[in-house]
Amino acid sequence: MKHVITALVQNTPGVLAHVSGMIAARGFNIDSLVVGRTEEPELSRMTVVVVGDDQTLEQVRKQLEKIVTIVRVRDFKEIDYVERDLMLVRVSAAPEKRAEVVELANLFRGRIVDVARQSLTVELSGPEAKLEAFIDMVRPYGIRELARTGIIAVQRGEQRNKKSEQEG
Amino acid sequence: MKTTAKKTKSYAGMKGADLFHQMLLEEGVEVLFGVPGGALLPIFDSLFETPIKFILTRHEQGAAHMADGYARSTGKVGVCIATSGPGATNLVTGLATAHMDSVPMVAITGQVTSALIGNDAFQEADTTGITRPVTKHNMLIKRAEDIGRAVREAFYIARTGRPGPVLIDIAKDATSNELKAEPNLTADLPGYKPMLTGHIRQVKAAADAINASEKPVLYVGGGVVISDASQPLGEIARRGNIPVTTTLMALGAFDESDPLALQMPGMHGTAVANYAIQECDCLIAVGARFDDRVTGKVETFAPHAKIIHVDIDPTSICKNVMADIPVVGDAKDILEKMLPLIKANDRKDWLEQIAKWKKAYPLRYDTGKKIKPQQVVETIGRLTDHDAIIATGVGQHQMWTAQFYGWRRPRRMITSGGLGTMGFGLPAAIGAQFGNPGKTVVDIDGDGSLAMTIGELVTAVHYNQPVKVVVLDNGYLGMVRQWQEMFYERRYSATVHPCPDFAAVAEAFGAKGIRISEPDELEDAVNEMLKHEGPVVLAVSVEPEENVFPMVAAGKSLHEMDMGRLV
Repeated sequence: MKHVITALVQNTPGVLAHVSGMIAARGFNIDSLVVGRTEEPELSRMTVVVVGDDQTLEQVRKQLEKIVTIVRVRDFKEIDYVERDLMLVRVSAAPEKRAEVVELANLFRGRIVDVARQSLTVELSGPEAKLEAFIDMVRPYGIRELARTGIIAVQRGEQRNKKSEQEG
Repeated sequence: MKTTAKKTKSYAGMKGADLFHQMLLEEGVEVLFGVPGGALLPIFDSLFETPIKFILTRHEQGAAHMADGYARSTGKVGVCIATSGPGATNLVTGLATAHMDSVPMVAITGQVTSALIGNDAFQEADTTGITRPVTKHNMLIKRAEDIGRAVREAFYIARTGRPGPVLIDIAKDATSNELKAEPNLTADLPGYKPMLTGHIRQVKAAADAINASEKPVLYVGGGVVISDASQPLGEIARRGNIPVTTTLMALGAFDESDPLALQMPGMHGTAVANYAIQECDCLIAVGARFDDRVTGKVETFAPHAKIIHVDIDPTSICKNVMADIPVVGDAKDILEKMLPLIKANDRKDWLEQIAKWKKAYPLRYDTGKKIKPQQVVETIGRLTDHDAIIATGVGQHQMWTAQFYGWRRPRRMITSGGLGTMGFGLPAAIGAQFGNPGKTVVDIDGDGSLAMTIGELVTAVHYNQPVKVVVLDNGYLGMVRQWQEMFYERRYSATVHPCPDFAAVAEAFGAKGIRISEPDELEDAVNEMLKHEGPVVLAVSVEPEENVFPMVAAGKSLHEMDMGRLV
């Protein structure tokens, strides 16, 4: 099972090494780990997608909270959230196939960001399932290069994360 | 959390090393263990005149274990210092030892000049990278202005919450430079919020479960020693007539002469402790973390029990064993809140059952022509009135010490429980002696463990610290040999080793050496050792193939104990 956890971290050297080291040392399985700046210059937000049961998720959450440079952790287990994954994919597209690929990209609300003689590059964002579906669709044309950011997530509207609130 | 320093004077223009020195004094550091080196020259220049007692150890590992022994025996933060590169890597075992056993320590390492970091400079190592998994927290300081805040934060993090070692790696130029601006002396740790007080609703739920139980057991770990919670623990046990088992880390937290004491649980625990855990209907874990050496096969651990888990570290809860009632917070705070809620109860049937097990399966050993190691430990216990500070190495001698000393008070047993660090005993004993001048400190060691750090005997002689070292010499790496005997058809692969004449080694180092091999010499030799006013090594040739029993083999359930030849 996949779970999304986000963590606000201090922008100090080594914080990423600390988090990835902890995850590796304790044998947790993760799908992705994304770090980016936030509205506050001294804080970054990490989004981690953890694979495992509820007990594993709970341990990951607590182990993250234990790291001194991590300010706040929340898991999206019981709350509604919006997730996005951003992908750039360069697809083989000879001139006679180009229109088909462009149409597929349009159907998925993707954007063509680069065109070359034998390929074109599509930018696509959305929940993970949508990206997977697009990859399946373009695979027959030939995928030359693919890069994804991994999931970032924020909650929908105003909600309280009951579990995290309880345990502080 | 924020703490503000008293601003008494201006620091601008001061050297980084002098600010560092000043900060150690403000944190109340009395003793500093370590070895100097190139990257530390500015710091040692500042320490040339200081009220802090600097102890030059013979190896940085010794410095870390001494700071550890000092911290465990006093409850204060132990401090050690090592230079960049090899100095820092030599600290690693000591840091990992302290980390596993939650010991408050601050380690300072020198680092190469900031401009050279990452260039594979002479004596450079990525110290923060290497030590990150074995410290509670660590930081790299490159500017003189940041030293003050770093020291404040390090001491605060080391001693609060679940204590642990914190490392500050300081670039050489940060200590040799003068401060260009007023330094930041305020700790600012928005992500560090240790939970100190237990939630009253959880405490009540725990008390209700205890009151409703007929066969409860208190399973007490090192957290009770760290938070000085022996008193409320004892009162709860006596009011509710609840038997208490104390883990290796908690020996002495509950007086073993009390009829409610079950002594140590687990792999080499007493039969009564293990049977009681397997039979109980309510297991109250306090400051213990369900280590595999305690639980045995975890699926069949305490199968009938409702489990209450009191711990200051939320990650310990539901990690190995699922807790029915978790209570996060400081053990002392929680036990004090719980005490008035515990109903008096004689629990007659349960205590009768406990007494039957105790009678049927006591800890015991045969005496023979040779000195038995258990006999040595018992003799030391009796002649020190069960009140000496005892350090140990790791192995058979450690288990016999745990089983036979007779623990009465907390902070007496100084031993590496989690990491199991051979060689810990002698330096830890020296550190404990520095923290407890005038008290008897005995290192009960094995020949294998002692050989690993025997160089620190020079340190004991150098500073005339009257530590007593008893080496139970059986000429084997005994615990591994025991497993080879029991599970590998007595194929003693790499566990047989010739030992030096440890008494002669002691004399060569400038300590006193005593050597015995006959049972009737034991009493006098221990007395002679205890009376001697300087460092002394008592080498005892013991029965070489004695085994530690009872024993729960790896992967077995606690009730499937091997009682040895004796039952």
